[in-house]
Amino acid sequence: MSLLEVNDVHTYYGNIHALKGISFTVDEGEIVTLIGANGAGKTTTLRTVSGLMKPRNGTVFYADENIHDYEAHKMVSKGIAMVPEGRGVFGKMSVKENLELGAYYRNDAAGIRQDMEYMFSLFPRLGERHSQVAGTMSGGEQQMLVMARAMMSRPKLLLLDEPSMGLAPVLVDSVFDTVKRVSQEGMTILLVEQNAHMALQIADRGYVLQSGEIVLSDSAKNLQNDPIVQKTYLGVD
Amino acid sequence: MSRYLDDFSLVDFTINALRVVIIVLVFWGAFNTLTLPADAGRITGEQWFDLFVAGLTQGSIYALIALGYTLVYGILLMINFAHGEIFMAGAFTTVFLATWMDKIGFLNGYPFVAIPLLIIFSGFISMIIAVLLERIAYRPLRGAPRLVPLITAIGASFFLQYTFRGLYGSGFKSYPTVDILKGSVAISGFSIPIARIFVFVSALVLMGGLYWLVERTKIGKAMRAVSEDKEVARLMGIDINFVIMFTFALGGLLAGAAGVINGLYRPQGVNFFMGFRPGIKAFTAAVLGGIGSVPGAMLGGLFLGVIEAIGPNLVMTGLGIPGPNQLQDVIAFTMLVLVLIFRPQGIIGERLTEKKA
Repeated sequence: MSLLEVNDVHTYYGNIHALKGISFTVDEGEIVTLIGANGAGKTTTLRTVSGLMKPRNGTVFYADENIHDYEAHKMVSKGIAMVPEGRGVFGKMSVKENLELGAYYRNDAAGIRQDMEYMFSLFPRLGERHSQVAGTMSGGEQQMLVMARAMMSRPKLLLLDEPSMGLAPVLVDSVFDTVKRVSQEGMTILLVEQNAHMALQIADRGYVLQSGEIVLSDSAKNLQNDPIVQKTYLGVD
Repeated sequence: MSRYLDDFSLVDFTINALRVVIIVLVFWGAFNTLTLPADAGRITGEQWFDLFVAGLTQGSIYALIALGYTLVYGILLMINFAHGEIFMAGAFTTVFLATWMDKIGFLNGYPFVAIPLLIIFSGFISMIIAVLLERIAYRPLRGAPRLVPLITAIGASFFLQYTFRGLYGSGFKSYPTVDILKGSVAISGFSIPIARIFVFVSALVLMGGLYWLVERTKIGKAMRAVSEDKEVARLMGIDINFVIMFTFALGGLLAGAAGVINGLYRPQGVNFFMGFRPGIKAFTAAVLGGIGSVPGAMLGGLFLGVIEAIGPNLVMTGLGIPGPNQLQDVIAFTMLVLVLIFRPQGIIGERLTEKKA
């Protein structure tokens, strides 16, 4: 049985039909990636799953529960965390406060403290800077912070929207390393990326989106070798 | 030559000229005042001190109200122009309780119980009105262009004024006098009225409490998160509707408390229109300190109070303007205009970015 099951979801921005009946599944422990061009509906898909947008039609099942009607703030306690595009750190707050906000719905102070120590061991850089105001950190550090912040809610499913966006190539590698490490912690990951090359390297399976529809789905390995994917998204001639 | 003409901007020139004229006038006026001969009405050091304390007192009332403006603006980027009426609603309703307490002898018999009770009651009334206002008038307009809730707020302000007028008439009521607030204490040669100490200390306690709440508690962290980024705040599991309601409640609570504190300090003058002037002054104070900033509203309030008390005497006396104290509103609103022209981000506020402006 799948952890996340999206069935024939239609989402609109006003009158614009952004998702035209999308269906896909994510199994527990998997890294699944959605690739596609700008405007294909990748971010909209994540926003629909996380409850920031409501689908007009279709169902979203998470752990056998229909969640497409839930408000976004309820999703966290269900075990879904999302790292939004453009990172979204609380720039005026300290690293520590950002992490505490990640654990906002939790009430176990001891557990939160323990998890924070764990994040600092996972990302020593954040530990060194725990009292620094998050807005003054570099892009790579902010990316680490939002990843750690999302994990502070102890999610089962992590939605990552373009984690490599705007980062220097050196940092892109380290971001994907982090994603892999987080996955090894037992988290299920749904990853949206423009950088299809990197995404397919760490993913188990992938879906290709085009103008709001899924046009291809296969294992990451097969997608990497698919001639159309190679030509369109991997830049291989 | 033509290059210089291209760079020349009439607006900049006017603003700079204005800046110079104002600075010259202020210094010239202050110089004249301070060099007045002793027999021609020179203001003594004791009088200056008295004005300063009066300013701080008035300023701390402004600060309490200003916090309501700034908290709501910080979260919704909206000016709640009905906030002065929220202040009025608490003060007006509590007059009846205070009068009754006075009649049964409770107010003067147990002032240390009665006064906090009055403050809590008034805060509670204002809080309820602020929350209802948000729920009924502002929440349905959350997604509307920013002018719409602004106009609604002005409408709500009239609604509240005339509701109270309808209920209690347009006459003035006054708070009973409390014996322990009478008289003065002498502190190192200066005598300070106890009522002023009461206002200042109560305001400090309330502001300290608010600062602690915003900086140290979980709900305060949630408020700051919502004010930075509502969408990401939702992803953290924060119910933003609750946080917004809580923010209005806090602002209302402080305004209501300010209503009673003000009423006990200056008993007369409770009527349906009493919220307008302090409301607009507190708004000025919030802008002065930097709207959206909590410490800014506190400082802005105190600063405006002091400027208003000292400014007219210091500057206008020297410029030969008669009756300077009656012109303190001129000072207050001139300050508002000057701040908006020269330092729109306020004393310690952040620069208004594209996103916020």
